[in-house]
Amino acid sequence: MSPQKNNVSVALIGNPNVGKSTLFNALTGLNQKTGNYAGVTVDKTYGLYEFKNQTFKVTDLPGTYSLYPKSIDEEVACRALLDTNEKIDVTVIVTDASNLKRHLLLATQVIDLKIPCVLVLNMIDEADKNHLTIYQDEIEKLIDVPVVAINSRNRKGIVELKETILRARISHSVFYDFEKQKQLFPLGFTYRNLIEMRLKEREEKNQLLKEYELKDNIYKFSKINYIISKCIKHPKQLDKTLTQKLDAFFTHRLYGFAFFFLVLFVIFQFIFYVAEFPMTWIEGGFAEFMNWVATALPKGQVNDLMVNGILAGVSGIIVFIPQIALLFFFIALLEDTGYMARASFILDKVMRRFGLNGKSVIPMISSVACAVPSIMGARTITNWKDRTITILVTPFISCSARLPVYTLLISILFVDQQTFGVFNYQGLVLMGLYILGFVTALSASFLLKYILKTSEKSYFIMELPVYRMPQLQNVFLLVFNKVKMFLFDAGKIILAISIVLWFLTSHAPGNRFNELQANAEVNHISDVDLNAQKLEVSYAGILGKKMEPVIAPLGFDWKIGIALITSFAAREVFVGTMATIYSAGDAENTETLREKLVSEKNFETQKPVYSNAVCWSLLIFYAFAMQCMSTLATTYRETKHWKWPAIQLIFMTGLAYLSSLVIFNSLN
Amino acid sequence: MQTLDSLKLGQSAIIKGFTDEFLSLKLTEMGCFPGETVKLTNVAPFGDPIAIEVSGYQLSLRKQEARTVIIEII
Repeated sequence: MSPQKNNVSVALIGNPNVGKSTLFNALTGLNQKTGNYAGVTVDKTYGLYEFKNQTFKVTDLPGTYSLYPKSIDEEVACRALLDTNEKIDVTVIVTDASNLKRHLLLATQVIDLKIPCVLVLNMIDEADKNHLTIYQDEIEKLIDVPVVAINSRNRKGIVELKETILRARISHSVFYDFEKQKQLFPLGFTYRNLIEMRLKEREEKNQLLKEYELKDNIYKFSKINYIISKCIKHPKQLDKTLTQKLDAFFTHRLYGFAFFFLVLFVIFQFIFYVAEFPMTWIEGGFAEFMNWVATALPKGQVNDLMVNGILAGVSGIIVFIPQIALLFFFIALLEDTGYMARASFILDKVMRRFGLNGKSVIPMISSVACAVPSIMGARTITNWKDRTITILVTPFISCSARLPVYTLLISILFVDQQTFGVFNYQGLVLMGLYILGFVTALSASFLLKYILKTSEKSYFIMELPVYRMPQLQNVFLLVFNKVKMFLFDAGKIILAISIVLWFLTSHAPGNRFNELQANAEVNHISDVDLNAQKLEVSYAGILGKKMEPVIAPLGFDWKIGIALITSFAAREVFVGTMATIYSAGDAENTETLREKLVSEKNFETQKPVYSNAVCWSLLIFYAFAMQCMSTLATTYRETKHWKWPAIQLIFMTGLAYLSSLVIFNSLN
Repeated sequence: MQTLDSLKLGQSAIIKGFTDEFLSLKLTEMGCFPGETVKLTNVAPFGDPIAIEVSGYQLSLRKQEARTVIIEII
């Protein structure tokens, strides 16, 4: 390492589940940032710490099993290690002391790159508990880099690790063998050249490289077996009974599924019902604050922009925090304990038929509350294709924002007392809409399984980690980072669209608003009616009328057109906008609105506007259409490409249009 | 020729080789290399996937993937 440089760049590399992130948290605490790796969806996590008057910049590389990457995450880790622009000064190889054999493969690969490194034996307490005797000096001698034993979960050995990082060195040990394949490699070819070539060529192309990869793995394991035999004394039998007992329960054909549904039930209760309390406080608090700002600032354009544009937009972003935080709290718990891998294990056979993953279930069920946290939750799926499919189909599932729209329309379709046998019609239709959402999501993923092309090969070769107590610090840091990421990345897109929507509804060409205002004062028109008139002449009203030819085949008029535009902010805004247009007072009291809609007659034909055909058409439209800017912004944040939200928008709204067209014309 | 998917619960075997090139690369880096002992420890409720003990930890894989691993039962 170079002492003249201010920042020493340290990278943590290791297998998934090795406790790398716990170690990273222990080293850097809250001093963390997330950024991007160029061109991929993988988040770059880095943080700082000070030691002996030097600043160390630590990067937590994505978990990888080897330097021959098999997934996008793994490729990112390898590229970062070889990057010559952002050069890494010290590579910290994190291994699991209680399970050293497999972990040493990656370690010997990194050592062969001839870069300065240290080897960390993590979870040393667990190895002690298993009565493993590890001869640390012996390992250090054989691999020729400094070795340090730590336990990141109780922060044992963190200071020693910081000391050891100062002593990082390039190993003289060699764990590759080019001798037997001399004809393959030109003179002076190094292991680093090999890995670089592999990253450049991708696996398909070079048959020789592929053959060598297998030989390299096997050669390295023969050397590792020697190290293990020299450095580790095993007890008679590894003490893994606890994990075995828990597995017998969690993967049981009855208890296993019962427990999984219990987990789903608890998560669902929390993000559907419990989250509502803080969400109401946030909305209430913001409403009061907005009132205060509205009266404190001088009346006019700036006031309106501040209150109804910006603050309303910010409120609409912050209100997502409880659901995101709660969902990630549970996801982090499930991941940290090792349960998530078991859920994947028992659900794989069912989910793979739909092109989904066992881990897709939790995001999809959570989507009944809201698609935004669910799309973020799909991050736990490591396979790119499975993750993308989950993100794309999740918004089909009926979320809580659709509920007010459904309730209003169903109440127009059926009167309360109507029953079908013992069942209430309204309840049946509502349930049908939820089932429709699930069936559509599963069918869409089934189709996408054949459509989506990927260079990543699909397999289900996955470690079942030992069960561990969750680390609350890890859980809270994950929740904190996820909320921060949503606020600042997806948040700014949501805010921008809110301001555009505010402008459309609160501005009209020329002097129309003032004319209406003056007219209202002369003719004593109430505020409620004035607001309806204002909305009609606003830009949103103009757009609604311009849209009419397009949506008329679905049975929608320009009034519904306006509501379609405004409810792009969130589906439930549909009800509020309809209330404004029909001068039905505030959106909380939908009974007035319902009466107005039921009695609304077509001017020429004198037939009801909200006929059965129109109501069904609207219901189906809202079940399918991508009417949610926050979902689109989150999809963009999670996939890092506008292509995917665009596909969601076109595919979902296109399906909604076609379905409504068919429904309306067959019922009319 | 016996393959890994034919193991019974609790039975052990030694890995002899592979029939799929790509999967062999993934499996070896997960610690399943020729000469290593594996033991079938768990089977998912619908009979698939399965879990094996190898190189000191538990690994799960689908039956169709296990079918590419040639073994000798011990």
